[in-house]
Amino acid sequence: MNMFNVIKMGSAAIAAIFLLAACEAPPPESVQRGQAGTGMALVYNSDDLAEIVAANQAPEASPQLPAVGPKAGEIYQNVEVLGDLSVGQFTRLMASITEWVAPEEGCNYCHVAEGFHLDTKYTKKVARVMIAMTQRANQDWGDHVANVGVTCYTCHRGKNIPEYVWATDPGKPHAAGITTAMQNIASEAAVSTSLPFDPFTPYFEQDMSIRAAGETALPEGNRNSIKQTEWIYSLMMHFSDSLGVNCTHCHNTRAFYDWEQSSPERVRAWHGIRMVREMNTEFVNRTTDWLPEHRKGPLGDPLKVNCGTCHQGAYQPLLGAQMIKDFPSLTTYDETTKAAYVDVIE
Amino acid sequence: MIEYQNIFTQVQVEAPDYPGVPIGRNEYNRVGGITHSWLAGKLGDAQIGPIYLGPFGVLSLIFGFLAFEIIGLNMWASVNWDPIEFMRQLPWLALEPPAPQYGLSIPPLNDGGWWLLAGFFLTAAILLWWWRTFKLSQQLGMSNYLAWAFGSAIWLYLVLGFFRPVLMGSWSEAVPFGLFPHLDWTAAFSLRYGNLFYNPFHMLSIAFLYGSAILFAMHGATILAVSRYGGDREIDQVTDIGTAGERSMLYWRWCMGFNASMESIHRWAWWFAVLTVITGGIGILLTGTVVENWYLWGVKHGIAPAYEAIGAPVVDPLMTEGQ
Repeated sequence: MNMFNVIKMGSAAIAAIFLLAACEAPPPESVQRGQAGTGMALVYNSDDLAEIVAANQAPEASPQLPAVGPKAGEIYQNVEVLGDLSVGQFTRLMASITEWVAPEEGCNYCHVAEGFHLDTKYTKKVARVMIAMTQRANQDWGDHVANVGVTCYTCHRGKNIPEYVWATDPGKPHAAGITTAMQNIASEAAVSTSLPFDPFTPYFEQDMSIRAAGETALPEGNRNSIKQTEWIYSLMMHFSDSLGVNCTHCHNTRAFYDWEQSSPERVRAWHGIRMVREMNTEFVNRTTDWLPEHRKGPLGDPLKVNCGTCHQGAYQPLLGAQMIKDFPSLTTYDETTKAAYVDVIE
Repeated sequence: MIEYQNIFTQVQVEAPDYPGVPIGRNEYNRVGGITHSWLAGKLGDAQIGPIYLGPFGVLSLIFGFLAFEIIGLNMWASVNWDPIEFMRQLPWLALEPPAPQYGLSIPPLNDGGWWLLAGFFLTAAILLWWWRTFKLSQQLGMSNYLAWAFGSAIWLYLVLGFFRPVLMGSWSEAVPFGLFPHLDWTAAFSLRYGNLFYNPFHMLSIAFLYGSAILFAMHGATILAVSRYGGDREIDQVTDIGTAGERSMLYWRWCMGFNASMESIHRWAWWFAVLTVITGGIGILLTGTVVENWYLWGVKHGIAPAYEAIGAPVVDPLMTEGQ
């Protein structure tokens, strides 16, 4: 073998090493979960993790105030959802909400100078619905939010509109003559797969079944289609992306459908789906009639909640920070009050 | 003396134009001129052409072109005839089979009908091309190993796109035409039918597929390694074994105690390749038709061991809470 061939072989070998080496830097870290050798591992990229940690820090809460003195409902007019708080507590919560949702616009984002009680701005009416939604989640959806809870900040993070929201997606323009399959186009919702591009409407607004797999060894009449499975798969991509986890966070990948082999997190997620569905149908969608057009999606439905709205890349919103402990007024929900003002609004 | 010591062919075979053996009345099917290419000579024979297309080859190309056009134009239509979007989105685009509600009926063209039509034309093109592989072997006085090997691949193709959908009673069970979409389909297929890895025919198919790759590498490497002794004259070595055959066989006998023969190695390779798609096709055909969930089938037949739970016992919330 002459020298030239040695050089050629050598450079081919070096090229092969670069080609075949894992393309991800830094190398992913894996955490074993379940029995060794079963592939039940959680895979993390330390750079991504550092970003997620930096992006999901809870702000410091102002000190709580005692429930003394007159109540907000007695002093102020038109206080529908937080009337039982003392004036001090009420003002503290308003100041916090301003920091959480409209730090630049301040009080005027919802209120008008002519009178803070006036419902002139739609944002004030939305805030009421959202406060009720938050209270409902904390009081009645413990199966999903227990120990962490939800505040306005969980989703808003200092922005008027939470960064991750969705509206029904009519898809990209296509020739009038063909029927769209609602898939096979690069889509953010389906995390760059060609899976169906709007997994939210059927599962987070409607209540389509999220079960397709056969649960018997031999066929016994399950007619769920592969296409249906693709819709579910798309939803699962959203779960994975929103929580920064891989499939094994909830599932045992040898038998995705099987609950007994799943992790307890899967049950939490199951309740989360129902919670989000209720948030969208019972709260967000109630604002449809009076919400301005620029706060709606292309088909005229309001911007709604999905996993990413709260989680924002973290397996628990704000990495499990218990902000809600400092805001007990957001943990009790009163169905009759809600009915009263939702009816009034509608 | 020129040695074979490189991954590329070191010998440029320079020869005058050679049209091939006479084939009688089918002579007119052999078309196109003869050119010689130095680059082609690096990879194989330096002579390019003539090509024997024949009526079946021509028809096959026409049908293949029709299928290609239908698929491509449907993809283009799905981005509203935007050429830039078409290029950007190409790997994501697809021609999707009809929706499940159509069953095996013929849907409107714009709602899955084009898929059926493209499938028909593609199948016609493939079958005509198969006939061509068969006829070409016949005319050159060869036996039909190539045609049967190609036929095995066609078996898997037909199972995926025709036999299984027909048995399931729905075109929607078939594979979409598209790069990423057919991969997503594959993953969804496995999820729907309880993990294809527990399908024994899938296991066999994988074993033969990877086996084919390693056999091909072992054989190629062995023959190149003894080509300096004339090992590349494999057919001579079958009946009149020389030092090349002796050395290559000794190598594997010393290596693992057993060796193939100069002839049998080619039968090993052929069967491994052919069985990849035959077993694969059987595995797909059984999925959903006679087995609903391969994991549970595996549990039933003792091939899927039970492991410890991951954490606290988990119960299907539907069992405890209702929908």
